[in-house]
Amino acid sequence: MENIILRQDLKEISNLVAPKSKVLDLGCGNGSLLAKLRSEKDVIGSGIELAQERIIKCTEKGVPVVQENLDDGLCQFKDNSFDYVILSKTLQSVQRPDHLLKDMVRVGKKAILSIINMGFYRLRLQLLFTGRMPESKTLPYHWYNTPNTHLGTIKDFQLLCSSLDIKIIREIPLNENSNSLTKFFPNLFATTSVFKVTKN
Amino acid sequence: MTNTVGIVKEKDFTFGKNEDDALILDSGKRLLDVNLRYETYGTLNKSRNNAILIQHALTGSAHVAGYHSENDRKPGWWNDMVGPGKAFDTDKYFIVCSNCIGGCSGSTGPRSVNPETGKRYNLSFPVITIADMVRAQYRLMKHLNIPKWLTVAGGSMGGMLVLQWVLDYPDKIDNVIAIATSPKHSPQAIAFNWVGRESIMNDPRWDNGNYEDEFPENGLATARMLAHITYLSEKSMDIKFGRKLRKLKNYAYNFSHNFEVESYLEYQGQTFVERFDANSYLYITRAMDYFDVTADFDGDLNKAFENIKTKFLVVSFSSDWLYPPTESRKIVKALRSSNVDVTYCNIDSHYGHDAFLLEAGTLGKLITGFLDANYLT
Repeated sequence: MENIILRQDLKEISNLVAPKSKVLDLGCGNGSLLAKLRSEKDVIGSGIELAQERIIKCTEKGVPVVQENLDDGLCQFKDNSFDYVILSKTLQSVQRPDHLLKDMVRVGKKAILSIINMGFYRLRLQLLFTGRMPESKTLPYHWYNTPNTHLGTIKDFQLLCSSLDIKIIREIPLNENSNSLTKFFPNLFATTSVFKVTKN
Repeated sequence: MTNTVGIVKEKDFTFGKNEDDALILDSGKRLLDVNLRYETYGTLNKSRNNAILIQHALTGSAHVAGYHSENDRKPGWWNDMVGPGKAFDTDKYFIVCSNCIGGCSGSTGPRSVNPETGKRYNLSFPVITIADMVRAQYRLMKHLNIPKWLTVAGGSMGGMLVLQWVLDYPDKIDNVIAIATSPKHSPQAIAFNWVGRESIMNDPRWDNGNYEDEFPENGLATARMLAHITYLSEKSMDIKFGRKLRKLKNYAYNFSHNFEVESYLEYQGQTFVERFDANSYLYITRAMDYFDVTADFDGDLNKAFENIKTKFLVVSFSSDWLYPPTESRKIVKALRSSNVDVTYCNIDSHYGHDAFLLEAGTLGKLITGFLDANYLT
């Protein structure tokens, strides 16, 4: 198998997955994370993806993937069908992030998510000084064509979890050059954050 | 003829010479002297683990790829998918396809001679099922000394044969590819088959199935025209024909074919009667109607797939209304509840049900990836 190099948040997510567990990756893209988890941690992993081209890529990696729209929910899965349900940098682009999050902790014993942080200081400064909607490497769209219709901050996500009675087990704030600022003031200095959560 | 398997030969395998060796059918009847016409492409490797069984659809044959002679104008029915470097890569895999029993392209069917009477079976041919077809193929598998199929693959009725294989011989298959198919024949599909058969059986030339010199061509052609409409989509017909008139500047104000679409259907009907038999059409459509993988499981698809371990690739086409994506999704849902490794793609296409023969690009990529990943591991 080719050597797969994972995105920073996916690397952190994969570290949180226990070997031989059962994993569902929502919006699994080209299947890199699942391929790595299957080969290195011996997990039983499958994915959900909407785009035909990405499904072909998954197939090439031997990763089972089902074409589905996350906005249709996870009603086809029974409670606790998986050890982990994963969603990386996608919560902001579904129709109802709160509904999907609830569904994730229902079908998964645990859910692992990575969240784009709109509270990152550079984004705040962009809005403050240019008076325009922030754009960045992780947010390469304009306000009118972005699929990211539900952007929030780390703090927003934490509040959502507590309002849905979801417990945060682990939180790993990330920045390209993570330092102590990222660790102690994540909502200001992290671009992304990984959360491991479960129902209370 | 570049990039094809070239000239291929038909082969025959006959079994059921005596009662002990007879093919026992779902109906309880027995079939003696059963012939299976089949073709093979590529080479079976030393470990005998690269064999793939391809299933044809209702009116298909064992002739999947290549040509029978240099004068053949058309190659086999899935030539785009089977050949060197293609999705079913004949440089890597050993491909087998057999004509189903009940058919009219070399395998034993209603027009074959009954060894006990010396006359054609016609309607005395027993009514067969998809499971009966699979049972006959299993004999061929043993004859070819193939311990396990790497893959069994097929679309439409071929997909039903695939599902039946998984249910009946789960430990004889590594993985399967089920395309544009359904876990059971829908009332709508049964209804279309009924009208097709009525059209044949109401043709006076059909003569209760005993036609000899004059074939029930009108009835069979009408059945084919009706069926052909169900293989297309509203959009594909609009793109292909629109309301274009056939060699006319204005309406002819009569009932002969004025529109392109009418003459196309007539052509489809006419060419079909040259290659297909009316009685076979009755028997095979009936087998499809009876198909229901949940029949032995109280109608519960989850139960049907409960102990299955076979890896699945399930493919549907967005504009297929004969075997719509919802049917494939039912299969996928049941498989996932049994923790089967399943990949599902609903290919975006306007070709309707026929897409499984026409969308070779996307379908080919999916199959290539799926086969490669499973053959290497």
